[in-house]
Amino acid sequence: MGYPHPSHPRETPILSKYFGDPEARTLAGWRARGGYEALEKALHSDPQDLQTTVKDSGLRGRGGAGFPTGMKWSFMKPDGKTHYLCCNADESEPGTFKDREIMRWTPHGLVEGVALAAHAIYAQTAYIYIRGEFTEPYARVCAAVEEAYAAGILGANAMGSGKHVDVHVHRGAGAYICGEETALMNSLEGRRGNPRIKPPFPAVAGLFGKPTTINNVETLTTVPYIIKHGAEWYKQYGRPDNPKSIGTKLFSVCGNISRPGNYEVALGFPFKDFLYDLCGGPQAGREIKAVIPGGSSVPILTREEAEGAIMDYEGFVASGTMLGSGGVIVFDDRQDMVRQIARLTRFYAHESCAQCTQCREGTAWITRIMERIRDGMGTAEDLDTLVAISDGMSGKTICVLSDSCATPVMSGLKKFRHEFEAKIARNPSMVTVPGAFRASAA
Amino acid sequence: MSHGPSASGGALVATPPNGAHHDEPHVPVFVGAPRAELDRILSRYPTKQAALLPALWMLQDARGWVSEGGIEEVAGLLAITPAYVKGVVSFYTMYHQHPVGRHFIQVCTTTPCNVCGAEDVVKSLLEHSGCGDLGLTSADGRFTVVEVECLGACGFATPIMINNDFIESVTPESVPRILSELK
Repeated sequence: MGYPHPSHPRETPILSKYFGDPEARTLAGWRARGGYEALEKALHSDPQDLQTTVKDSGLRGRGGAGFPTGMKWSFMKPDGKTHYLCCNADESEPGTFKDREIMRWTPHGLVEGVALAAHAIYAQTAYIYIRGEFTEPYARVCAAVEEAYAAGILGANAMGSGKHVDVHVHRGAGAYICGEETALMNSLEGRRGNPRIKPPFPAVAGLFGKPTTINNVETLTTVPYIIKHGAEWYKQYGRPDNPKSIGTKLFSVCGNISRPGNYEVALGFPFKDFLYDLCGGPQAGREIKAVIPGGSSVPILTREEAEGAIMDYEGFVASGTMLGSGGVIVFDDRQDMVRQIARLTRFYAHESCAQCTQCREGTAWITRIMERIRDGMGTAEDLDTLVAISDGMSGKTICVLSDSCATPVMSGLKKFRHEFEAKIARNPSMVTVPGAFRASAA
Repeated sequence: MSHGPSASGGALVATPPNGAHHDEPHVPVFVGAPRAELDRILSRYPTKQAALLPALWMLQDARGWVSEGGIEEVAGLLAITPAYVKGVVSFYTMYHQHPVGRHFIQVCTTTPCNVCGAEDVVKSLLEHSGCGDLGLTSADGRFTVVEVECLGACGFATPIMINNDFIESVTPESVPRILSELK
């Protein structure tokens, strides 16, 4: 449902069905709503069968990359080694606040998914890593874990199955980069949250050097529904002509929009209807100017591009952007795109772990130039420099934070170049250099 | 993590009010019940070091900030060097490396909140808290205000955090009432 708004008839509330319902937070309330039936079934099933069902369902990771969940699980074999499951609850991609609501309203739904996935990947221990600022979600999930232990759902003989499943909650301490999977593992191990070079991939050497699977909150919360109702049931959600994007997805909507909040729709939903019908369109008397559809790391769309987009992995790619984390940021006609892109680059400059030169230097350098242009002190050469720095920052670092900083700059320059140029034209020093601006802009 | 400048040019890390508390000897935190709690936490992980972030949280909750003496105590308990612990502490934005006001206020000003007027909320907070500038503590020791990058509540612009409490949909107009309720 469109929490904090009433559910819209065109939504498909599965994960969000109980958002706003405080009774769903308790163990008794969760059980009364059918909770833990899937886990009980799963604990009495062969992990191999669970992996197959999730693979058949077509579920893809909801954290941003969209990697097929069943395939990720299938890297974990019954090899007798210690395995770990990590739940990535470090939600911090600007524009995204869906995992927060899952943990606030249905913490048992997450605990159930985590325990189920741990069994499915032959792990006895799972860690839920929650960002430090999420104090309420942290308290809710901790309470749910305690209730689950007390009821024998977790522990040495989980739900009487003879299986051992431990779930621990680990609190972060303020670092966007810890949402990157290997940085998260370093942070959990008590280190600085620097991403690790891959390979080795987590499935080979992850947390504490052991084979590890890491999944997002939304992904793990979805799994019990698939185990309960079957892969075929899940496949009914999505557009018939695109078997690559299956299921429902939570989209967080924020910025200059009438009804900000979380909305759950079947993948393949028309983005125009989503923005204007579900979310109420722009605020009174305003027009949408631009939309970032998948969290701050994906390319910006113009209003026209957004209105033609289809909300699934392939649909957004066809429109030149990405589904990402599903964090929709709306900018209206009041917004100065140069100013807002500069604010985004500052975010990445602040959050760079500073391991890689391209990122450490690039994010800070790009921010200095963006803010110079914002303040009316930019030059025509600055635009070329931005392109050159962005190129040097993309595809060359250990993780993609560097690329994510370059993305809004490159897409902003491409689609809102006139706003950059208008600011540069106001630079008093530019006025005295006739031709320089025109030559570069051509 | 704090090498980047803040959006308004202010310091990101809170600065000490007149160097207070810096010279006081460290009284151990991990004795009695907190020590038992740490042992319980240690049992969740295969290495001692993995309990570092939780131990630092306990330290900060007990003392309000992470001091040199506290770092040495934690390092000793987890069998790592103080220098290593310091490196970890300085990586994360939520550990205070100096004493801060009784009410530590973090305001989100990242893009989604920024387009909804978050910078006006910052101005209002600075004006009504008496802090003067970001990162400084008010003369009465009540408040420290800092900017924070994306609090993950973008649909409820502008969110602020006061110590461990989250307040959604803050406006410049609602700031005086929020602050007046804090002693």
